[in-house]
Amino acid sequence: MPDNIQTGLQRLRATSAWRSIFRSGAGDSNLHKAQAVQQNVFLHLFSVKVRSRVLDFGPTWYLGAFTLVTFVVLLATGILLMFYYHPSAPQAYADMKDLQFAVSSGVFLRNLHRWSAHTMVFLVFAHMFKVFYRGAYRPPRQFNWVIGVFLLLCTLLLSYTGYLLPWDQLAFWAVTVGSNIAKAVPLMGDKIRFLMLGGHEVNANALLRFYVLHCVILPLAAVVLIAVHFWRIRKDGGLYIPERKDA
Amino acid sequence: MSDTRQDAPVASGPEAGEGCKDCSRRKFFSQLGLGSLVLAGAGSGLFTYEYFSPNVLFEASPVVKAGKPDQFPSDSVTLDARAGIYVVNSDAGFYALGAICTHLGCLTAWKPDLDRVACPCHGSQFNRKGEKIAGPAPDPLPWYEVSLNDDGYLMVDRSNILKTPKYFKV
Repeated sequence: MPDNIQTGLQRLRATSAWRSIFRSGAGDSNLHKAQAVQQNVFLHLFSVKVRSRVLDFGPTWYLGAFTLVTFVVLLATGILLMFYYHPSAPQAYADMKDLQFAVSSGVFLRNLHRWSAHTMVFLVFAHMFKVFYRGAYRPPRQFNWVIGVFLLLCTLLLSYTGYLLPWDQLAFWAVTVGSNIAKAVPLMGDKIRFLMLGGHEVNANALLRFYVLHCVILPLAAVVLIAVHFWRIRKDGGLYIPERKDA
Repeated sequence: MSDTRQDAPVASGPEAGEGCKDCSRRKFFSQLGLGSLVLAGAGSGLFTYEYFSPNVLFEASPVVKAGKPDQFPSDSVTLDARAGIYVVNSDAGFYALGAICTHLGCLTAWKPDLDRVACPCHGSQFNRKGEKIAGPAPDPLPWYEVSLNDDGYLMVDRSNILKTPKYFKV
């Protein structure tokens, strides 16, 4: 039986359709393996080869990878939540309550989205502390640190814009306070708050603006920055691992 | 580029000397191109700013009907949470205070037992004249213009902040 599967697989990989997608073709040589990584648009962000020590728990505590996992969970649950959520006042609050009490698995998805968001903020900070205290931000990785700072901003803005969407008392007053903090910017504070809320008070315009930022603009920015962040790891010579203190 | 052909004018780099016929033209066109890019950038910046600033808003009128004067007992402070104002009926007359905290915009509450206005968000407190007593609020609560309309209702104009306290006698 396993032989049948094996030969079937081999026949599949020999078809022209397969070969048009995976150009490196079948083979066990190092060249084939390297090409399989290099010629895949997603995998080519990563190195073809890494030192095995880099994969240990110690150097990274896998914090960056765990952050990516929470981000993927947030994308998946967020897209599902969008199918039941109208970004309009006061419908948004009712939709949020429907998700909790009327939609199958709604409460599970909503809570998963919320807890993943909290976890992601925590992991981003943990990741940055780890990188900072190990000195992994130093040249040649200084630019990737800057990308990371922008990713921190993306994370916090996603967190903040998502906070308004339940349209409950907590959301309303948090964004009232937050937009008034933005108003404290010298000279153009009032303009910034006006643009942010699409008006002078937190109402339907503000909800819609925060929704578009939360569901389209910020996630897109985050995905692009994450791609650059990963690609730069390879370009900057792989993950940072300190010299062994053998001597 | 045709600079491999013999008769064609030789392409000159930025270091080309005085004998360069093309340089002033080339400079002119590159500056023209750069200038139009800057212009287009500024234009789309302005366009974006204009687009994101709504011209028509569906927000409440700044002038609100607070109620009839006899609705407010003498020596009382009444919160209108919808309008975000206090109507105070004092011995000297009526006056209206903004109920939005001057710190970060939370709705304050009147605490009769403390004889104070208190903000739930960051603990600012004001007396019934709007003066700050405690907390992070940078300014006193604003006084608004009060008037009486033809139907005998007290009207409060939230866009008209009084610089000096003014009492309204009915």
